[in-house]
Amino acid sequence: MRALVLAAVAAAVAAAAAEIAPQDRHSGYDFAGPDTRAMQDDDTANPGMLGVLQGETLWAAKTGAAGRSCADCHGDARTSMKGVAARYPAFEPALARPLDLEGRINRCRSEHQGAEPLAWESADLLALTAFVAYQSRGLPIMVRADAELRPFVDLGSALFHRRQGQLNLSCSQCHDDNWGKRLAGAVIPQAHPTGYPVYRLEWQSLGSLQRRLRNCMIGVRAEPYDYSAPEAVDLELYLMARARGMPLETPAVRP
Amino acid sequence: MQKLGSAPSRRKPSADRIAGAVAAALLVSADFTAIADEGSLRPYTIVRGSIPASLTGAAGDPARGRAIVLDRRLGACLLCHTGPFPEERFQGTLAPDLSGAGSRWSEGQLRLRLVDAPRLNPDTIMPPYYRVDGLTRVGSVWREKPILTAEQIEDVVAFLSTLRD
Ligand code: HEC
Ligand code: HEC
Ligand code: HEC
Repeated sequence: MRALVLAAVAAAVAAAAAEIAPQDRHSGYDFAGPDTRAMQDDDTANPGMLGVLQGETLWAAKTGAAGRSCADCHGDARTSMKGVAARYPAFEPALARPLDLEGRINRCRSEHQGAEPLAWESADLLALTAFVAYQSRGLPIMVRADAELRPFVDLGSALFHRRQGQLNLSCSQCHDDNWGKRLAGAVIPQAHPTGYPVYRLEWQSLGSLQRRLRNCMIGVRAEPYDYSAPEAVDLELYLMARARGMPLETPAVRP
Repeated sequence: MQKLGSAPSRRKPSADRIAGAVAAALLVSADFTAIADEGSLRPYTIVRGSIPASLTGAAGDPARGRAIVLDRRLGACLLCHTGPFPEERFQGTLAPDLSGAGSRWSEGQLRLRLVDAPRLNPDTIMPPYYRVDGLTRVGSVWREKPILTAEQIEDVVAFLSTLRD
């Protein structure tokens, strides 16, 4: 029994040792080259700002059977949406599980606007999400790891640490254990979801965090999660909890 | 899936961006022709940290092996490793340099390392190139297929054996 307890403690210490200490955390921004950073820093050069502007227009547009706009209920986003993205995914009592920001926005469409949910990775959903997240730019990530969310954070953590795919690699083996090293030409970042939706140069468009996770899963030749699958949201939640306290940068620019 | 270079380029590519795009190509590559199609794996015997006998019964071809090591969709070794490959600008820094591997290891040790590296070190990040069981959530196009065929493993073993200090 005592040996078992000791083994459990040793395992916990080993797992903790692989985690990145708070003072060593870096946004993907720090790993990007000077051109990419300059693009993010200058709103007039940042292509993600086009999405934010498009989102602002959609915010005010009446839609659905209810004929109401986001603004009709939520007013000025600069105040009503300030800090909201920094604490998503958040627990949704009606579903008894977390919802990410895209899921929340789509729920407002179906529950409150009487409209069809927007398709994942559609320009409109990305624009609305970017516009809402932009209202938290510079604010620290504040996902609540309370009793309701904790089990889902733990599920996400298990997925992050599990080897998968034909290449048999966990997220953690690259992003906790080998960040800063080069995978062929690319520096491995720490996988902090500080800038989503991001404008990715390789995509030539805005994209969601879920799209980014799918890319990494396909990279290790694993079957990616469907958009808005519970596992995908749990993983997003874990990543946000892991990045707690880091400032949001939406819309970030990444290679 | 993103096809690299299919979208019109908005900006002059910078070195930073090319490096990112190259790695991205690896990370999202799903070239169906590159998939090893082995109905069932050839049996092999491990003797003291090595697989002494060729998986195919024949010796591999070092020139083909070199090409497999360099190919991003086949060996993809340079994702992690560096090595004596002056033509490849983007090499990984996650693993030891392959120069001299043929002096450090016997053919049989190299074969086991390729076939199932986690057998030598359970924590290694090096993928098992000739194993299909004990893996999780393998993408449907790759399921039940080893990363390399037995012939390809032998070609790579033959090539690595030529890397002498
Ligand atoms: C083989 C190593 C590897 C594995 C395994 C891996 N990634 Fe990544 N990941 C990368 C690289 C390299 C990049 C940066 C790509 C680029 O810059 O083009 C990246 C980028 C990311 C980013 C973007 C960070 C930012 O700044 O926007 C996130 C988030 C991420 N990965 C999460 C994950 C998750 C979750 C998993 C597991 C499902 C995972 N990764 C598995 C190598 C890996
Ligand atoms: C008819 C009123 C109504 C409309 C229209 C509406 N919402 Fe909501 N929204 C709500 C209510 C009520 C909530 C609180 C959660 C709930 O009951 O669904 C909410 C919650 C939210 C939240 C989460 C806030 C938080 O603090 O967690 C976001 C983000 C949001 N809405 C965005 C939008 C967007 C974007 C639109 C337009 C596409 C929109 N909403 C349209 C009523 C509305
Ligand atoms: C995902 C990263 C990764 C990939 C891909 C990879 N390796 Fe490795 N390899 C490693 C690591 C890390 C080691 C160090 C030993 C260990 O972890 O077991 C290693 C060790 C080796 C060694 C022993 C090195 C020495 O001399 O000590 C050889 C030989 C080798 N790899 C060959 C290959 C070949 C050939 C390929 C492609 C078919 C390949 N590796 C692909 C990560 C990788």
